[in-house]
Amino acid sequence: MNVWQGMKMAISSILANKLRTLLTMLGIIIGVTAVIALVSIGQGTTKAVTDQVQELGTDMLTVNIFGRGSDTSLSYEDAMKLAQTDGVASVAPASTQNSTVKHASTDEQVSIVGTNAAYADIRDYELLQGRFLSDVDLDYRLKVAVLGSVIAEELFGEANPVGDWITINGSRFKVVGLLQEKGSSMGGSNDELVLVPLSTAERVFRSVGVSTIYVQVEESDKIEQTVSTLEAQLTKLFRGNANAFTIFNQQELLETFSSISNTMAMALGGIAGISLLVGGIGIMNIMLVSVTERTREIGIRKAIGAKKRDILYQFLIEAVVLSGMGGLLGLGIGVGISQAASALLHIDVVYSVSVMVFAFGFSVIIGIVFGLFPANKAASLKPIDALRYE
Amino acid sequence: MRTDTEPLIRISEVSKQYRMGGETVHALADASLHVLPGDFVAIIGPSGSGKSTLMNVIGCLDTPTSGSYWLDGEEVSLLKENRLATIRNRKIGFIFQSFHLLAKLSALENVELPLIYRGVSTKLRKELAQEALDKVGLGDRVHHRPVELSGGQQQRVAIARALAGNPPILLADEPTGALDSKTSVEVMELIQDLNNQGHTIVLITHDLDVAEQAKRVVRIQDGRLYAEGGVQV
Ligand SMILES: Nc1ncnc2c1ncn2[C@@H]1O[C@H](COP(=O)(O)OP(=O)(O)O)[C@@H](O)[C@H]1O
Ligand SMILES: [Mg+2]
Repeated sequence: MNVWQGMKMAISSILANKLRTLLTMLGIIIGVTAVIALVSIGQGTTKAVTDQVQELGTDMLTVNIFGRGSDTSLSYEDAMKLAQTDGVASVAPASTQNSTVKHASTDEQVSIVGTNAAYADIRDYELLQGRFLSDVDLDYRLKVAVLGSVIAEELFGEANPVGDWITINGSRFKVVGLLQEKGSSMGGSNDELVLVPLSTAERVFRSVGVSTIYVQVEESDKIEQTVSTLEAQLTKLFRGNANAFTIFNQQELLETFSSISNTMAMALGGIAGISLLVGGIGIMNIMLVSVTERTREIGIRKAIGAKKRDILYQFLIEAVVLSGMGGLLGLGIGVGISQAASALLHIDVVYSVSVMVFAFGFSVIIGIVFGLFPANKAASLKPIDALRYE
Repeated sequence: MRTDTEPLIRISEVSKQYRMGGETVHALADASLHVLPGDFVAIIGPSGSGKSTLMNVIGCLDTPTSGSYWLDGEEVSLLKENRLATIRNRKIGFIFQSFHLLAKLSALENVELPLIYRGVSTKLRKELAQEALDKVGLGDRVHHRPVELSGGQQQRVAIARALAGNPPILLADEPTGALDSKTSVEVMELIQDLNNQGHTIVLITHDLDVAEQAKRVVRIQDGRLYAEGGVQV
């Protein structure tokens, strides 16, 4: 008897009892569905988050200054000294205030970022209109502003703001540039901001120094080294107080995030494994019932020449077909659920072929492992006992 | 080398004992039997006399406790399970009292079964099964399932299954036991036909009318075999 013959036999016997077949496969179906749906949705979410982090740039460091004592910020000049550090390409110190911006009769509350010319490059902003801040603007404390796309629309509607005037905290600023829309990342919208020269901001807001420094590194794979050099330098600036600042590293964030999602994947795998195990026990249970029900059939088959091996294969193939069909159904339902989740929750899902192959393969293996005992029981029946069985 | 006169079945002093609690039941006691090719032997005896036990031994479904059994030139009483399965498949066609067809399979598929286990190719298998069903007069019922057939027709399917692999011996255990008298006559006619065509037949029954249609009758009583006239063989 060949495998093909065995498959046909198994399928016809499985189809003879459709409801029972479905109930038997349910454990496997649920297990595989859970794996596929959760992994697809989970990987989709992970990808969305890493994409956003990567959008911030993996070659960028953010230094946040808390200061020490009454000295809560760093002067622009001290901050610019960091640009001389090995491995640092450029530096954009920033001082952010929330303030009201007015134009004609509209006014909006928005972040005013005092910074320098390097800001656009480091933070990946592109210009749509006009120009960006320049060194001259800083040197002469010029009252010029570059608008983010959202605030520009709120203040000016469809009109071109470049060349027009706005009022920030009571001072008139000339709009010299308009940024392209950047979308939002983890920190919220990137387009609701107004950029002004840092020196002008210090004067208008009567503030001194910077609380944030964006640092562009030369090579993102040497970022660790650059971080320690910067740490040493900043510690010296704050006279040995390493708690006066933090250096935020996107790379590190990515690593933390991927370790969290790995842990989650393992937990999911465990849950799915348990449910597949339960599914396997369900298959074993029903196969044992089936062997008892079909004792006479086994006797007849043996009487007319079926070997032990033939009966073993017959029942084993049946168990494997059951679990394999359950696996395939689970794959289908899992993909369906992922699609539905993707459509309803507006998230991307990522299908992993290797996870699908693994889930299907695992359900087949479950069929073999849990089918072996019932199949062996069937194969070991003596033909006379089996024939006599009522 | 086997000549025509060498028996297909040669059972010598075969015994089969069952232990029931502390007691030993002698289901077969020193039974000897020779069946020549082309023979038609009926084994008759009352219930509990050891008929089924004998049939199981002849059919290689069970091994005797002692004695020797030569089937078609091969000593089979000492063989292992797998080898016995092959012998059952090739040398013996079973006809059971309750037909023992597989309910889920069509007539044709039932008849194909022994050929499947013999490894015959699909095409040849279908041809042989169709041929066997034609022979028992059911050539037009091949796709019917057992439930869609009458008792007599089911037994014909079972006979076709026994014939399909063309084994040297047909072994029938109360083949008419589950049939009404009219269909019994038809089935017995078919079995006689098969014997006339050269098939060797061993038929087990408790019914004298059935037994008398055989060429030769052997009586069984308390596990012992007696030839007609009362001589123990
Ligand atoms: N498996 C068994 N275990 C114990 N005793 C058995 C078994 N099979 C048959 N016997 C006994 O052997 C004797 C012959 O039985 P059997 O061959 O079935 O007779 P028959 O078929 O002629 O009715 C009976 O006494 C029966 O009780
Ligand atoms: Mg009996």
